Amino acid sequence: MSHDDDSWLHQPRPTWPPEGHHQNLPYRDREPYPAARRDSGGLTEKKVVAAAMTLGLGALAGLAAYAYLGPSASQSARHAQEPRLTDDAPGRTAKQARFGGFAVTGRSVTIDRPKDEIYAFWRDFSNLPRFMENIVDAGEPEPGISTWTIRAPMGTSVKVRSRVVNDRPGEQIAWRSTEGSGIETEGKVMFRDAPGGRGTIVETVIAYKPPMGMVGQAVAKLFSAEPSVQARRDLKRLKMLLETGEIATNKNQSGKGGKFQKAVQTELQSSPAV
Amino acid sequence: MRALTYHGKHDVRVDTHPDPQIVNPRDAIIEVTSTAICGSDLHLYDGVIPGVLKGDILGHEFMGRVVEVGSASTLKVGQRVTVPFTISCGACFHCRNQEFSHCDNSNPVEKQDVSESLYGHPMSGLFGYSHMTGGYPGGQAEYVRVPFSDVGPLVVPDHLEDEKVLFLTDILSTGWMAADQATVEPGDTIVVWGAGPVGLFAAQSARVMGAEQVIVIDHYPHRLELARSLGCKVIDYHQTVVLEALMEMTGGQGPDAVIDAVGMESHGFENFNPVDTLKQKVGIGADRIGALRQAILAVRKGGRVSVPGVYGGMADKFPTGALMEKGLTLRTGQTHVQRYHQELLRRIEEGEIDTTFLISHITSLEDAPQGYKNFAFRQNEFTKVVLKPAWAKGREEAGRANMAHWTGPSTPGSKPATAPSRDVLTDA
Repeated sequence: MSHDDDSWLHQPRPTWPPEGHHQNLPYRDREPYPAARRDSGGLTEKKVVAAAMTLGLGALAGLAAYAYLGPSASQSARHAQEPRLTDDAPGRTAKQARFGGFAVTGRSVTIDRPKDEIYAFWRDFSNLPRFMENIVDAGEPEPGISTWTIRAPMGTSVKVRSRVVNDRPGEQIAWRSTEGSGIETEGKVMFRDAPGGRGTIVETVIAYKPPMGMVGQAVAKLFSAEPSVQARRDLKRLKMLLETGEIATNKNQSGKGGKFQKAVQTELQSSPAV
Repeated sequence: MRALTYHGKHDVRVDTHPDPQIVNPRDAIIEVTSTAICGSDLHLYDGVIPGVLKGDILGHEFMGRVVEVGSASTLKVGQRVTVPFTISCGACFHCRNQEFSHCDNSNPVEKQDVSESLYGHPMSGLFGYSHMTGGYPGGQAEYVRVPFSDVGPLVVPDHLEDEKVLFLTDILSTGWMAADQATVEPGDTIVVWGAGPVGLFAAQSARVMGAEQVIVIDHYPHRLELARSLGCKVIDYHQTVVLEALMEMTGGQGPDAVIDAVGMESHGFENFNPVDTLKQKVGIGADRIGALRQAILAVRKGGRVSVPGVYGGMADKFPTGALMEKGLTLRTGQTHVQRYHQELLRRIEEGEIDTTFLISHITSLEDAPQGYKNFAFRQNEFTKVVLKPAWAKGREEAGRANMAHWTGPSTPGSKPATAPSRDVLTDA
């Protein structure tokens, strides 16, 4: 191109904003690009990626990549051989919570009452049906021997007779079923001061041989009668009873309150307010 | 007694139920004089909260007179009370820490399992809000059994009419806590998503707490008008690019705190919403978090995110990157009504806070099903519906926020006049 050639000067100049851009519209109503550059509506790579991200296909792609690039068999084997330390979690929280024929379960709850008071309440076994759903009746016919009638699935009941094997006031009550008991079981309830003045930590551990083994345990779980479910619920009820003096219910007819509400009423009637 | 009863999605009816009785020693029975439909009732109405059963009595904003007390209640028959929607024992760890909506002891044990497996910890009991929170019969009824009546109900003076104090039970306290958790500091801009009852009360509370600028985002003109009448600036997200506008309205810094008063049924905003809606419809329990996503993107670095909006399930595309990289503080939760309602009652008595500006319709309890329908589907006109169990079917009065009082759209910078309150009307 020679310097004499100045024909480029006479070409029409590009304008800004480009033609077709409506300057007077508010910003949000303007077209982002002139018509020629706008998306023609076809399936672009950008759209495919956006759709895939939206639909979570990224997760699938990630899974595929993991299968291809993930730890090799030798790596996994090495992991399996590495010695494990024994951690600080209670044994009953192990993924395999079964020891010999025994299923072990347990649960903790913090109750804002002094431990001596909670111990005394628990040690009077006749109080147990007041917060334990499946205990129909409990008592201590002779010192150190307790008998419980436990509601079992499908309308049956089991009698458990156990010996108090460790009784430390304010700290622990432990029991073991005697020979001829309906269920072979042992357990303990421990009381200790909660940190920061939060009351008492009540911890229960129950080991039992599920009738009919694992099948029986599964059936019991279905009916919410399995000890791990029961321990959780029962301890919450104990907390309600000792902290608030009653056990919460959504029933709004006095006749329809369950055995827990009736027990509170009976207790109130037998010991009129001072 | 008559009570508003859940029959299914978008199907609620007023049915006859047996009158409630004292069951536990700390109970009281309240004869309801006023109750209201809450925005969160619409989540039940829309069927997106699990565990609502046919036959459940709904309603958790109610007040009335004490007609019967249990042996351990501290209330007296004849007292006029507002009842917090959260049921709290007053004795557990959380109640003693003033976290009343986290009460350990108010949700019946067998009702705790669902929320315990869903959330890791059980929820506490709430009135009329699904069996996850206890399945307690609710307050859109002639009578309600109130557990732990020595802790929850607040005795209110007779000279304050129902409409002035009813919202202490939930939405006013909730709006106040939302602003409290957003932490209003001098010079702050607070932005509220959703000009529903909680959003408007949150905006009002932020003003009372001294925010420099409060901006409310919605798309219903009449609701935005109410926000403007409180002295807030408004953004209609149908007209405006919200993120850009918020940057420009805060000198390029972004708002100091944001409040999501929308919750799990967020509309519009962005492209993930159709997928979230689909998931919610087929019952995967997904929350629609469009408003929350936008709020988290909008808030300035080091800002605060306060979430009074109700969520129940899970969400994806949650902006964890923005949350972490911008150093945000996220505060959430059902309202600890008992922590705030006394102070708020004082502010109402002193005329600092007015709650009646919000009410658009007052109808009989018998007309509650129509009230639900209107509140759900005609949100521009129906800003708050109050129900009166004692009124005859068909009786209806206009509240101050009724469209009948509307004089047309206001202009930026103006402060629209609202209709005078009822006592002013009767004085004249």
